[in-house]
Amino acid sequence: MDHTPAARPDTAGLVISAVLLLLAVVILWDTSTLQLATTYGIGPKAMPCVIGAGLIFLSAGNFHLAWRSDFPPREDIDPQAVVLILGGLAALIAIIGLGGGFIAATTILFVTTAAAFGRRAFVIDLAIGLVLAIAIYLLFDKLLTLSLPAGPLERLI
Amino acid sequence: MDALNSLIQGLAVATQPINLLYALIGVLLGTAVGVLPGIGPALTVALLLPVTFKLDPAGSLIMFAGIYYGGMYGGSTTAILINTPGESASLATALEGNKMAKAGRGGPALATAAIGSFVAGTLATLGIVFLAPWLVEVAVSFGPEDYFALMCVAFITVSATFGASPIRGLTSLFLGLGLGLVGIDKLTGQARLTFGVPELLDGVEVTTLAVGLFAVGEALYVASRRNKREEKLEPVRGSLWMTSQDWSRSWKPWLRGTLFGFPIGALPAGGAEIPTFLSYSAERRLTKHPEEFGKGAIEGVAGPEAANNASAAGTLVPLLTLGLPTSATAAMMLAGFQQYGLNPGPLLFAERPDLVWGLIASLFIANAMLLVLNLPLVGLWVRLLAIPQPWLYAGILVFATMGTIAAKPSVVELSMLAVFGVLGFLMRRYDYPVAPVVVGLILGPMAEAQLRRALQISLGDPLVLVQSPMSATLLSIALIALVAPFILKGMNRFKSSED
Repeated sequence: MDHTPAARPDTAGLVISAVLLLLAVVILWDTSTLQLATTYGIGPKAMPCVIGAGLIFLSAGNFHLAWRSDFPPREDIDPQAVVLILGGLAALIAIIGLGGGFIAATTILFVTTAAAFGRRAFVIDLAIGLVLAIAIYLLFDKLLTLSLPAGPLERLI
Repeated sequence: MDALNSLIQGLAVATQPINLLYALIGVLLGTAVGVLPGIGPALTVALLLPVTFKLDPAGSLIMFAGIYYGGMYGGSTTAILINTPGESASLATALEGNKMAKAGRGGPALATAAIGSFVAGTLATLGIVFLAPWLVEVAVSFGPEDYFALMCVAFITVSATFGASPIRGLTSLFLGLGLGLVGIDKLTGQARLTFGVPELLDGVEVTTLAVGLFAVGEALYVASRRNKREEKLEPVRGSLWMTSQDWSRSWKPWLRGTLFGFPIGALPAGGAEIPTFLSYSAERRLTKHPEEFGKGAIEGVAGPEAANNASAAGTLVPLLTLGLPTSATAAMMLAGFQQYGLNPGPLLFAERPDLVWGLIASLFIANAMLLVLNLPLVGLWVRLLAIPQPWLYAGILVFATMGTIAAKPSVVELSMLAVFGVLGFLMRRYDYPVAPVVVGLILGPMAEAQLRRALQISLGDPLVLVQSPMSATLLSIALIALVAPFILKGMNRFKSSED
C-alpha cells in the first residue's frame, strides 16, 4: 500500500519537517552560546543536545512520511474564522499591554470569536461579552481577590 | 492496617464542613465545565486552576479531586447526548451511548454511566488506598537513576507505543521536551532558550501550554471547519431509571471495566483509550444481546465508562506516589500541586499525610456527591449543552485568557498562549497527538534533573544507569516499547506485500 509512486509528496508535511529542523538548529545554536560550567557528570548542555538530535531525527522521519504522502487527509478550512479569532487575541494582547484593562480586552475577544463562529449580531454579542467580562471581573477580582489588570472601565467599578 | 488508619485520618480532613463545601463546589464546577462540548478533563482542570489560586493547599487539592471526577462525568454526558466526545477516552461511550439516546433510552444510558462511574471510581480509589502505601515503600529505595529510567518509560509509552504513529507521537513529545528547556537551568543558573526575554526565565507554564493547546487550539479548529458538521443534541426522553434488566446487564460490565481500567491507568502506560476500547470489545464478545451492539447496547456504555473512570483513578497512583504524570489530565493535577511548591512522591506522603490522604479520601466523597447530584441535575447539564456554539466558544476563550491573565498578566505570556493555540490547531489538523507535548513539558525538566543528579553521584560514570537492576530493567522496557511499534509495523508491511 505504501508502494504507490503516483502519490505526490505532502507539501504541508515537508514544511513541518523543515520547521522541526529549524527548531533543532535554534536549540543547538542556543546551547553553543552557553558558558561552560564545571560540574561532575553532565552540564546544562547535554539535554538540549539530545533534544536537538532527536528533533533532527524526527525531522527526517516526518520528511519520510511526507514524501510517501503518509499524512491524513484534510478538509478545507475557513481562513476567515481563524483570522478573526487570532485577531481577537491580538487585540486582547494589545489592550492588556497598553493598560486598557481586563473587561475591554476580553469583550473584544468575545465578539470576534462569536463572529468567527458565524454570528453577525455585533451589538448583542458586544453586550453579552461585556456582561460576561464584568461578571468574571467582579467574581475573580473582588470575590476571589485575584488581581486582574485594571483599565478605565475597571476603575469605575 | 496502616492504609486504613491513614484513610480514616484523611476522611477526618475531608469531612470538615469547609472541605466538604470545597468538594461540592469542585464537583459542580467540574461537571459544568466538563459537560461543555469540546472540553475534556485536562482542559477542565486547567481552566479551573485559577479558581483555586487563593485557597489553602488542602482545600484546593480537595476541590481538584471534585473537579477531576466531575470533569470525567461531564464528558460522558456530552458523549451520550451529542456524539462529540471531548477526548478519545469517551469515544467508546459515545459509540453505544449516543445510539441509546437516539432510541429514546438516554436516561438509562446516563444512569448506567453515572452508577458505573461511581462503582468503578470507588473500587479504583480503594485500589489507590492499598496500592499507594506499598508503592511508596518501593519508591523510597529509588535512586535518581531509577526515577530517570521510569520517566523514560513514561515518555515512550505516552508518545510512541500506543498512538497511531510513533513518529508523530515522538514529534509531539520532543516539542514538549524542547519547551521544557526554556528558562533558567536549575543546577547551574544558566538561561537556556530565553533569547534575552526576561519573562522566559521562569520557563513555560504548563497551564498556559495546556489552555493554549486545548482551549484556543480547539476553538480555532472547530471554527475553521464550522460548516462541515452539524451537532445534534439528543433530548433525554423517558425515564431516568434503569429497569431491572438494565441493572442485570450493567453490573458485570462495570466490574470488568474497572478491572481493565485501574491496572492500565496505574501503569505508566498513558491514556484511558486502551482500557475503554478493551472493555468495549470484551463486552461486545460476552454480551447475550449481540444484535443490539451498534444500535445502543447498555453494556457498551457501562463497561467503557467504568473503565474510563477506573483508569482516571489509576493514573493518580503514579502521580501521588512517584510524582509521575502519565496523562494530560494528570499533568494538570501535578501543576495544581506545584502551584503550592508541593511535589508528589514518597516525601509528600511522609511530610504531609494530611494533604495526600485528605485528597484520597475526598475522591470517595466527590464520587458519592456525583452519584447523588448528577442524575437529579441532569436537566441542568443538558441546558448547558444547548448553549449556542458561538457564545460557548467565545466564553471558553474569555475564561481561558482570564486564567493566563490572572496568573501572569504579561504580553509575553498572552502571546505564548496565542502561539500555543496555533500550535494546537495545526497539530489537530495534521493529526499529531497533543497530550505528549504537555507531558514532555512537565516531565522533561524533571527527567533531566534526575539524570544529572544520578551522574553527579556517580562522578560522571554513565554506567550507573545500567548498574541498578531497577533502572536497567526499566530502560530495557523503554527501549522495547520504543522499537516494538516499528517492528510490528514492518511485519504488517511485510505481510501485506506478501498478500
